[in-house]
Amino acid sequence: MKAKIHKFEQNGEYILLDINSGAVHVIDKMIFDIMDIFDGGNDAEVMEKLSASYPKADLEEALSELHELMEAGELFAPDIDVPPTFKEKGLVKSLCLMVAQDCNLRCKYCFGDGGSYGQERAVMSPEVGCRAIDYMLENCGPFRKHFEVDFFGGEPLMNMKTVKAVAEHVHELEKAKGVQIKLTMTTNGMLLNDENIKWLNDNNVSVVISTDGRREVHDRMRPDAGGHGTYDKVMKNFKKFVDSRKGEHYYMRGTYTNENLDFTEDVLAMHDAGFDVLSMEPVVLKDSPLALREEHLPRIYEEYDRLTEAYLKRHREGKGFFFFHFNMDLSNGPCVAKRLSGCGAGHEYFAVAENGDLYPCHQFVGREGYKLGSIYDGITNKELPRYFRESHVLNKEKCRECWARFFCSGGCHANDDLFHGDIRKSYELGCELQKKRLECAIYVQAMLALEKMEQGEKVGEFTTAEGIR
Amino acid sequence: MKHIKTVNKPGLQKSLKTGGCGECQASCQSACKTSCTVGNQVCEK
Ligand code: SF4
Ligand code: SF4
Repeated sequence: MKAKIHKFEQNGEYILLDINSGAVHVIDKMIFDIMDIFDGGNDAEVMEKLSASYPKADLEEALSELHELMEAGELFAPDIDVPPTFKEKGLVKSLCLMVAQDCNLRCKYCFGDGGSYGQERAVMSPEVGCRAIDYMLENCGPFRKHFEVDFFGGEPLMNMKTVKAVAEHVHELEKAKGVQIKLTMTTNGMLLNDENIKWLNDNNVSVVISTDGRREVHDRMRPDAGGHGTYDKVMKNFKKFVDSRKGEHYYMRGTYTNENLDFTEDVLAMHDAGFDVLSMEPVVLKDSPLALREEHLPRIYEEYDRLTEAYLKRHREGKGFFFFHFNMDLSNGPCVAKRLSGCGAGHEYFAVAENGDLYPCHQFVGREGYKLGSIYDGITNKELPRYFRESHVLNKEKCRECWARFFCSGGCHANDDLFHGDIRKSYELGCELQKKRLECAIYVQAMLALEKMEQGEKVGEFTTAEGIR
Repeated sequence: MKHIKTVNKPGLQKSLKTGGCGECQASCQSACKTSCTVGNQVCEK
């Protein structure tokens, strides 16, 4: 049976999530126990089974509170089984441009083979880049206003010629057509010099910067082509860069492997180094000595608990930081259609390879059988985009039943393909990490909300940072 | 309530009727892009 609720204990607090409404309740131990039995209508059974553990009057009171929640639509809300309301035909609303399939680092866990994606090292020409933007606007469907373009690689700063040409083209189109095209770039920071910094600031490019936290971890994992550590160089650049934009519109992200399962230290190292919009991601690798495996899970769960407490502690001391995965808006999250449509890879989000070929997303670039067409001929593979679009949580076997389905939106197709050769077969380890992080996030937001409620503010008014500030 | 504190005003069911405009940003979940689960997002409307 499809789960309707999910409950968990985190740091001595009991939390109940009503899956189909999204309501989050902080409950006591008695309600926690009742919810093992209660199905909405079996009050007598609850009374009978728990009468030895709790006073009768308390149980009655608890049950009446639960019925109150049901009436408010915040417990056992009805299943959501509607098909996504998004358009039938694939639309293009965001692109990832592989502007440089080449890189100046040799990160140990790189999925793109040092930026080349198993292909020749090559860079995208300005013509291909600009044509890709035209392609997006020609295929976006009617009346779309918001678009996103990500400069990716390899290392995008290695091809500023194309980046600049594309940005110029974007600004012209924004003026001419009244659209908004948000530009982002993901960079390793090696080439983040004064000139590039100024250009990125002048052109409103949001930037994701990569480091792995502690110096020794970073230097081990992210050497340059000659095998030298890069921590000092990139951190100096990042500092200058973030100061130059007054701490706005950036994200610092890292990757952890089985060599730093104590990654809380890395997150805190980033914060101590003066950065406060942070993320730390589990590496996704198959058959690698760095890979995360099932046997690491208990240790990783413990680490997320540590990170959660460290996060709250700094927050309560008035020197908090944003941690991407804890950053969740429990009241104003996206609509059901969005939650069902997931990442959009292959039907609203596409990656453009250096030569103009289209793939479902950056991770699929160069993967056998996943080329969808090109920016010149359009999507020639008609079947695959449909398959991607329909691979949402209601069609993925494991997701349909999973309590996290409306938060997670079905996981990463590329990971599913990597591990199972099928984008509808969930990558199990990813699911376990996802669910743990979600519990921590729900707990964090619940605690912060409670603290605000105690200070007299209304529920639903707490704030969270946007994706990239 | 004595045993339960509800900490949010959930909008999931309501959004079945009002949602679907599709103006929101893509939400890649892969590590290399800072996995953005939809749970992390806010609505653009
Ligand atoms: S991908 Fe995994 S965690 Fe996410 S909804 Fe599906 S089964 Fe649940
Ligand atoms: S398939 Fe995975 S890597 Fe690709 S866009 Fe979706 S979540 Fe991101």
